[in-house]
Amino acid sequence: MRLQYPASVRVIQLPCSGRVDILHLLKAFEEGADGVYVAGCMEGDCHFLTGNFKARRKVNYVKKVLEQLGMEPERIEMYNMSSAEGPRFAQVAREFTQRIQELGPSPVKAAQAA
Amino acid sequence: MKAGSNLEKVLSAGHFAVTGELGPPQGNKAEEVRHKAAHLKGIVESVNITDNQTAVVRMSSWAACKILLEEGLEPNYQMVCRDRNRLALMSDILGATALGIKNVLCLSGDHQRFGSHPESKNVYDLDSLQLLAAFKKMRDEKKFLNDKDLEGAPEIFIGAAANPFADPFSFRVTRLAKKIAAGADFVQTQCIYNMDKFREYMKQAVDRGLHEKVYILAGVTPMKSVGMANYMAKFVPGMDVPEAVIKRLKGVDKKDQAKEGIKMAIEQIEEFKEMKGISGVHVMAIEWEHRAREIIEGAGLLPRPQVD
Amino acid sequence: MIVGDSKPLEEILEMIKGRDKVLVLGCRGCVTVCNVGGEKEVGILATALRIARKKAGQPPTVDGMTLERQCDPEYIEELAEVAGDYDAIISIACGVGPQFVAERYPEAAVFPGINTTFIGGALEHGVWAERCQSCGNCLVHNFGGLCPIARCSKSLMNGPCGGSAKGNCEISPEVPCVWHQIVEKMEKMGRLQELEKVWPNKNWLTSRDGGPRKRVREDLKQ
Repeated sequence: MRLQYPASVRVIQLPCSGRVDILHLLKAFEEGADGVYVAGCMEGDCHFLTGNFKARRKVNYVKKVLEQLGMEPERIEMYNMSSAEGPRFAQVAREFTQRIQELGPSPVKAAQAA
Repeated sequence: MKAGSNLEKVLSAGHFAVTGELGPPQGNKAEEVRHKAAHLKGIVESVNITDNQTAVVRMSSWAACKILLEEGLEPNYQMVCRDRNRLALMSDILGATALGIKNVLCLSGDHQRFGSHPESKNVYDLDSLQLLAAFKKMRDEKKFLNDKDLEGAPEIFIGAAANPFADPFSFRVTRLAKKIAAGADFVQTQCIYNMDKFREYMKQAVDRGLHEKVYILAGVTPMKSVGMANYMAKFVPGMDVPEAVIKRLKGVDKKDQAKEGIKMAIEQIEEFKEMKGISGVHVMAIEWEHRAREIIEGAGLLPRPQVD
Repeated sequence: MIVGDSKPLEEILEMIKGRDKVLVLGCRGCVTVCNVGGEKEVGILATALRIARKKAGQPPTVDGMTLERQCDPEYIEELAEVAGDYDAIISIACGVGPQFVAERYPEAAVFPGINTTFIGGALEHGVWAERCQSCGNCLVHNFGGLCPIARCSKSLMNGPCGGSAKGNCEISPEVPCVWHQIVEKMEKMGRLQELEKVWPNKNWLTSRDGGPRKRVREDLKQ
């Protein structure tokens, strides 16, 4: 399968979505990312049992931080997908990219550019 | 005689006593107190004056008590531990007795969180039992809590509240016994609707001989409507309103519900008159003072005995 | 441990408005254990503040540092070299932290980044509950190991009051009635009889009511 997904998506690999840290997510925004999403395994399929649930809770935490900072919480999202679902991966990448394009550039980057 | 109040005299003479209740206004209109008091005059031994009831600010209890005295009624000064520390509680009982108040009811008080000023700081320096003990000490030992002598001790008939329906039920009679041990001369219960549970409670109290140590007045509040019954069942902490009570009210036409509520109250009082260990009733016709006579008269409790 | 809650970012941003160089100061004591003021939270808060600064087009100088404890002058001393470099120091230790920092560095502008809530423990990961009010005269052994002063909404020593229903406090069905628990526990232990005792009025002199407290241990003092 040679599936196309937007070139603007930069993939950072982790052994489990549970390894993602609130700080990693915030760092991405600090460095100017317009959006961040975490792709974890299907709920119930985590090899470490609850990694993907933990990831979702951290994503929700960061949504609240973004809100408090006056940024759209939609700039961060959690998606669940199976590693066998290549097309789903590409579809989510396109969907999320479109969402972020609609939201426009991150106000962090915009202010830096100005 | 501990205080020689009318309530104490009627109870000690062995009569079935009746007390009423009056909530002071959320303002300073003495006229409102006089107006409510007029409905209760001559039909009860004494009238409880609530103290910032349900943690809503109202005219101070002692002041409303004083107005009652002027109107020729006897007040039961309710005092909660929520709003005052031991200094204020002792000072207020000295002031109240100096004004001629002879009965007091000691309460913990509803928590302020569901009252009119939930952001306030509470006190609870003493709890209701410690307050009973404090007043007993002031009266009997003529001493302050610090063991210093009083110059003029309060002669006061000391009351406590009991809620037979709060949890855990198994401990309720023990707590009543503790209140008696702490200093209660009389006890008024929470509004009773669950008669089965109350019979069980009284049986336990009588088995422990508590009725011989204290006068127990059963609490009666007439239901005005199905709405009130539902509200009491759902939202008033420590209230036990069985489904059967609500069902009976629902069984009559809406305009007759108040009448049915009064009828139910009268039936309850008839049973209390015969119940072992019960010395009287405490009729709490909340914002319904004008209907109190109907209940008391209906239960055959008028005229009230005159005891000297 | 002492348990705290993060202050809302908006409140912190308002506090440090117009102050360019900011230090977020964590503590490896209680607040690390309750996940509100340790090294990790320093990183999160500092990053969030930098995002806010960048977004507003302001200089994003927000550094982080975590001390062993902020309730000990020995560790507060570690700030000596850098305290003067900052226009604002946000302490995310309990209420002791910002005070100790402010006392040692009188010129520094110190702000509290968390609200100290209570002395308690973790019921499970992410859930803490109050257990002690530091009244200065522990009596829990008389009540089945449960404290009526800290855990009864009215601090009743002779409870339960008439508002207890279905095992919960009258203030909220979310708050268990500790007196209900005390009665059940003592009953299970076969010690219910002990609750017949009428507890006399408590001496609050050892509590905060006696004024701010200080303790001197002659055997340790140097």
